[in-house]
Amino acid sequence: MSLVARKRNVLPGFGPTLGFTLFYLGVIVLLPLSALFLKSAGLGWSQFWKIVTEPRVVASYKLTFGASLIAALINAVFGLMVAWTLVRYRFPGKKVIDALVDLPFALPTAVSGIALTAIYAPNGWIGQYLEPLGIKVAFTPLGITIALIFVGLPFVVRTLQPAIAELEKEHEEAAASLGATRFHAFTRVILPAILPALLTGFAMAFARALGEYGSVVFIAGNMPMKTEITSLLIVTKLEQYDYPGATAIATVMLMASFVLLLTINMLQYWAGHRHQGVA
Amino acid sequence: MSAAVAPPITRVNPATVRAATDEPLGVKILLVTVSVLFLGLFLVVPLAAVFGEGLRKGLGAYWASVTDPAALAAIKLTLITAGIAVPLNLVFGVAAAWAIAKFNFRGKSVLITLIDLPFAVSPVISGLIYVLLFGMQGWLGPWLQSHGIQIIFAVPGIVLATIFVTFPFVARELIPLMQAQGTDEEYAALTLGASGWQTFWRVTLPNIKWGVLYGVILCNARAMGEFGAVSVVSGHIRGKTNTVPLHVEILYNEYNFVAAFAVASLLTLLALVTLVVKTIVEHRLQLELKESTQTPSGEA
Repeated sequence: MSLVARKRNVLPGFGPTLGFTLFYLGVIVLLPLSALFLKSAGLGWSQFWKIVTEPRVVASYKLTFGASLIAALINAVFGLMVAWTLVRYRFPGKKVIDALVDLPFALPTAVSGIALTAIYAPNGWIGQYLEPLGIKVAFTPLGITIALIFVGLPFVVRTLQPAIAELEKEHEEAAASLGATRFHAFTRVILPAILPALLTGFAMAFARALGEYGSVVFIAGNMPMKTEITSLLIVTKLEQYDYPGATAIATVMLMASFVLLLTINMLQYWAGHRHQGVA
Repeated sequence: MSAAVAPPITRVNPATVRAATDEPLGVKILLVTVSVLFLGLFLVVPLAAVFGEGLRKGLGAYWASVTDPAALAAIKLTLITAGIAVPLNLVFGVAAAWAIAKFNFRGKSVLITLIDLPFAVSPVISGLIYVLLFGMQGWLGPWLQSHGIQIIFAVPGIVLATIFVTFPFVARELIPLMQAQGTDEEYAALTLGASGWQTFWRVTLPNIKWGVLYGVILCNARAMGEFGAVSVVSGHIRGKTNTVPLHVEILYNEYNFVAAFAVASLLTLLALVTLVVKTIVEHRLQLELKESTQTPSGEA
């Protein structure tokens, strides 16, 4: 990294700050998380497998992963559109809209949950107009998906905005001067350049959706086998004092989260690497 | 960007010329309209719904709901929880950023990943791990019970779960900021005879104050609004272990919708204030980062 031999760092406080960091991290994060894994390991493989493959549990995975995937895909499409308009265009109210994109981060999940339910319930603000059309939103997988779109929206927009801002217009100019239409320039020049950021945002929105609880439980209806997400199933097991059940299912979800975290880190590394190559 | 840059060879009106890197006006209008409608539907309508439903029976009912003793107890507990969790995570964030940004050591990137870990853990699981550790059937449960200490279904559990979910906020804000700022100014202060503490208070802290504020407001918003993790450890004892989000849930499940939305509107106001402060601080932070990258750092 450095051509000069690194001189001894004379700044004080390395020992105490690193020591405190490791201690606090250990007590608050690592110890409790290892409790989950050890408890889960204590179940034994056959019991663990039996719990995590129960039909009701499998139905909850399908619903959670399916709804999260659809929500993340919708966020990828609309998030790209929103990020593009916010970076490239000028229009009245843009600053307010830009700030508002973070609302799902700032708004407590329970509040978003009851607000979305009030909107999409059969007698709700929008629900009352959908009901005659035969479209049921609240208490169906569609409602769950809408809640997950809400919570995942900022991830895609916020990861794409810097990537779009850093695009070099010269590349687009070159494409145009070589005869590419604007559409071609977008699909062949712009999209490949922002693809790592788009995938990162998509993966983050998906990861957030998988674990989401507060904004979903109110709108979901929570019927076993039909509209019961995995997070809720963990809570239900806990409330029935079924600790082994809750632990085993939580372990599966945690593993899924960690795999996604790893994927996101790799995507970010790719995005960062690429950017350095260009600059 | 403006057409004025183009040489005046062509006779067309510059205002009507579209740059090659620009979309046709129709496409622009379409994209802006769809974006605004999408955000309106998904962000503005829920926001309006909270206030609309909360005020449905008028200001009197609204006021009665938010000043109800159970609501006030919930507000008090939420303030206490955030009052403990935010300062602790602030101290941790500054310490971690100091160690990580100002020194070189092995395993640094692993440490950064581990600090970010709580963000990858679902809220429900964040609560569950403390139940497994301190609950009646947990590792330390029997010992705690024999000593008369209750953590789960009590305030300490709520505080711990809140600390966990807000753990990375300050640290992840400060680490990149302090890395970008380098160590030159601290070296200068030390060379001029300042002590370590003086260097931190007079040099480092003024440089990172906007980053600290940014991390703290996000940390606070999440600490006051956390639902899933707190719900698992709280036990929902009215007036005792109910935070504001949990109080909203209870009111809602009792079909007391006006009260639920009235109390929820307090959290919504907090979210809106957070967004405003965040936007202002973000602006300051960008200025600061620009300054620190303009002055060459010794890390080259």
